Amino acid sequence: MTAAKYPKIGFGIVVIAALIIVPMNFNRYGLFILSQWAVMTIAAMGLNLTLGYAGQVSLAQGAFVGIGAYAAAIMTSNGLPLIAALGVAIVLCFVIGWILGYPALRVQHHYLAFVTLAFSTLAFLVFRNEDWLTKGIYGISNIPRPEIFGYPTRRPLPFYYVCLGSLGIVSLAVWWLIRSPWGRAFIALRENPVRALSLGIDTRRYTLMAFAIGSALGGIAGTLYAPLTQYVDPVPFHLSLSLDLLMMVIVGGSGFFFGPFLGAMIAVLLPEWLRFTQGYYLMLYAIAVIGLLIYSPTGILGILDRFISERRTKAASALRAVAKAKLETAP
Amino acid sequence: MSNLLDLLIAGLATGAIYAIVAVGFTLLWQTSQTINFAQGEFVMLPAFLMLAVMHAGAPFWVAIVIGIALSLLLLGLGFKLLLVDPMLRHGVLPLAIATMALAIGIKEAAKQFWSAEASPFPSIIPGGDITIFGRIVALQSIGVLVLAILAVLGLTTLLNRTSIGHQMQAAAQNPTVARIVGVPVERMILLTFLINAFLVALASLLITPIYLAKFSNGEVLGQAAFIAAIVGGFNQVRGAIAGGLLIGVVDNLSAAYVSTQYRAAVPLVLLIAIILFRPQGMMGRPEERTV
Amino acid sequence: MTAVLEVTNIRKSFGGIAAVNGVSFDVQEGEILGLIGPNGCGKSTLFNCILGQLTPSAGEVKVDGKIVTGMRPSELNGLGVSRTFQLLQVFPKLSVRENLILAGQEHQGNMLSRLLGPSDAGLTEAANQMIGFFKLDHLANEPAGGLSYGQQKLLDAAMAFMGGPRLVLLDEPAGGVNLTMLADLKDRLTAINREKRATFVVIEHNMEFVMSLCTRVMVMAEGKVLAMGRPDEVRANPAVIEAYLGH
Repeated sequence: MTAAKYPKIGFGIVVIAALIIVPMNFNRYGLFILSQWAVMTIAAMGLNLTLGYAGQVSLAQGAFVGIGAYAAAIMTSNGLPLIAALGVAIVLCFVIGWILGYPALRVQHHYLAFVTLAFSTLAFLVFRNEDWLTKGIYGISNIPRPEIFGYPTRRPLPFYYVCLGSLGIVSLAVWWLIRSPWGRAFIALRENPVRALSLGIDTRRYTLMAFAIGSALGGIAGTLYAPLTQYVDPVPFHLSLSLDLLMMVIVGGSGFFFGPFLGAMIAVLLPEWLRFTQGYYLMLYAIAVIGLLIYSPTGILGILDRFISERRTKAASALRAVAKAKLETAP
Repeated sequence: MSNLLDLLIAGLATGAIYAIVAVGFTLLWQTSQTINFAQGEFVMLPAFLMLAVMHAGAPFWVAIVIGIALSLLLLGLGFKLLLVDPMLRHGVLPLAIATMALAIGIKEAAKQFWSAEASPFPSIIPGGDITIFGRIVALQSIGVLVLAILAVLGLTTLLNRTSIGHQMQAAAQNPTVARIVGVPVERMILLTFLINAFLVALASLLITPIYLAKFSNGEVLGQAAFIAAIVGGFNQVRGAIAGGLLIGVVDNLSAAYVSTQYRAAVPLVLLIAIILFRPQGMMGRPEERTV
Repeated sequence: MTAVLEVTNIRKSFGGIAAVNGVSFDVQEGEILGLIGPNGCGKSTLFNCILGQLTPSAGEVKVDGKIVTGMRPSELNGLGVSRTFQLLQVFPKLSVRENLILAGQEHQGNMLSRLLGPSDAGLTEAANQMIGFFKLDHLANEPAGGLSYGQQKLLDAAMAFMGGPRLVLLDEPAGGVNLTMLADLKDRLTAINREKRATFVVIEHNMEFVMSLCTRVMVMAEGKVLAMGRPDEVRANPAVIEAYLGH
């Protein structure tokens, strides 16, 4: 059991080291794409919590990224520090996410999908129409990048480290959360809410928490998105961002911790590597997603998981066969 | 007052198109638990197919016939065999997500193979105005309304008055029992997919002259159809019809009386209110909850 | 002796048809009450009304003298009332030990300590004891979905005891369990009843199981109580033989 852990830890250290060292000689654009990957992974991790672990459909994650981005854009262009914007975004998204969770207590599945879809479109209308706050379709430009402990992060590489560091902190927090009794309660909520209720699990409170925490992570991603692009307008926070994030979670593997990392990588980095497909990329991506879903509705990590557990069962039955053979030949 | 009447007629005309799309949407849900998030793209696509045929030099009516045939083939048979059948065993939600991916795929395909620009589309209804009770009304609105009503009447007659319709309803309500009494359930389910494909092609033919053929048309149409289906009642054909008409009218009235900026918000707020306070819709039956 | 559970005149109707039609009984501390009756006599509906899964149309339920009618199942569980289900209800993807920790975690600390505290809510030891008690040791780390039907039934019962309940309602614990497992299950239930002074109400169709496990038996027919008494009394009751055992 513990012997199998070392290669995993070693692999993790190599990946983290690579994420720190390799981008050092990336150009501006490469760093931008990699930073975007980190930001989208954070947002997808939030949705994975709501959808993958707690089983509650949400088509509004993109709206929360938008709320976070606007909070950061408005506050930092008025001279407030990004950390204050982060606090505001987390609280705001947590509260709105909590409220958005209430319909989930009454309706499930597709109804919930439609409520959250409606919310997503409403949020987009507010971003576009409330000129006094969001500058409407013209957007907010020249968003400053923060100073971290006195170090400016205006240049791409330092800001990439800000994104990567944030991803690290969020990952640790989410890892802790899903290993805690809360994570277990979320899974129980997804698998069998009636039984969960009879075991004393307050499914209402956990449902609302799953929405609120997932949304807050969307807000965190948004507060990084604004200084990353240094320009915020309503277009990126259209319903399609929510759909993209949903695809990331599903493709990577919903309900798996590393699903969002993989899903965001495929959605953000793959188009760059597949430049030669030009405009056909999204079309091919959609077809690939459908194919993947038919083969494995739990995404790429689902395939891996199935493969590993099959091998384990085979190994176990082989062990049993050996034990049985010994037993038979013993006397 | 006179303005209100015009708005009502225009609203009923678009509403009738929403109703056609919403009816197809609810039929798929009833017979095979398919939430088709690509329904809007299904309406967008046939117009492009027809345009492509016309570009090849065929006259409009030939393009219509071929367009409808292609949409039966692709959006009916193909959709069922290639996507719904293999996905259905995974459950309602993965299937719904697969249709979201399909929506992206169709949209991008239209953009790539045709154009990102809007193209004009001929109307099967002659232009001009007519005078009814001393009022001038666009022939377009009346024509759309009449055709949509005919389609809906035809469909309800098929469902309620013919033996095929009764078999379809039996297959939708209780497939196990239907199978025992000898209803060819599989064939009935396929038939609903074909009916949906026909309905979206018809809707495409009616609405594209107004909206122009554009790859992104599906977003608005799809949402309007979802909202119509939920507001009316997800498990009732007549609910979807009423919901469609209502959303069309609400849409047009809010365009006139609510700020243009927040016009799109009105149906959404209606949707949220219905889901929260009457999830079975105006005319729907509450769905059985199994513990 | 004090009544752990008092049920007074419970009614529940579905669309005008009374599934439970005025049922009253009480269960004393440490008792094992058997609940039998033909299919559709209202046993499970009665369970669901007591446990807050359904809201009764009329009547009152008291636990330890406190009115709990209409309380949510999770609140009731907090008061020490737990249950098993007729159909299997374990969490197939979690391991046997994780299932048991889940079953006990809401009885430990508060929301905050469950977030910031240890991952097992301090329950690994208790879960291992329960695993040992139900003889599931070799399966502790297996996903529950991989267990045999009988083993899952044992786990299901074990989960009901993780919170240290005062009152456990078991819905057909013996259904579909093979004979060896059945003897094990009865043995374990009797042991918990004695050691922990836990009170049980058991719905069961297996007559032999009920008659040998329970201290009292209540017979229901058509939504009403037909008879109530010691197992031998009930077995001899002509009305019961007529309505149920005779068939």
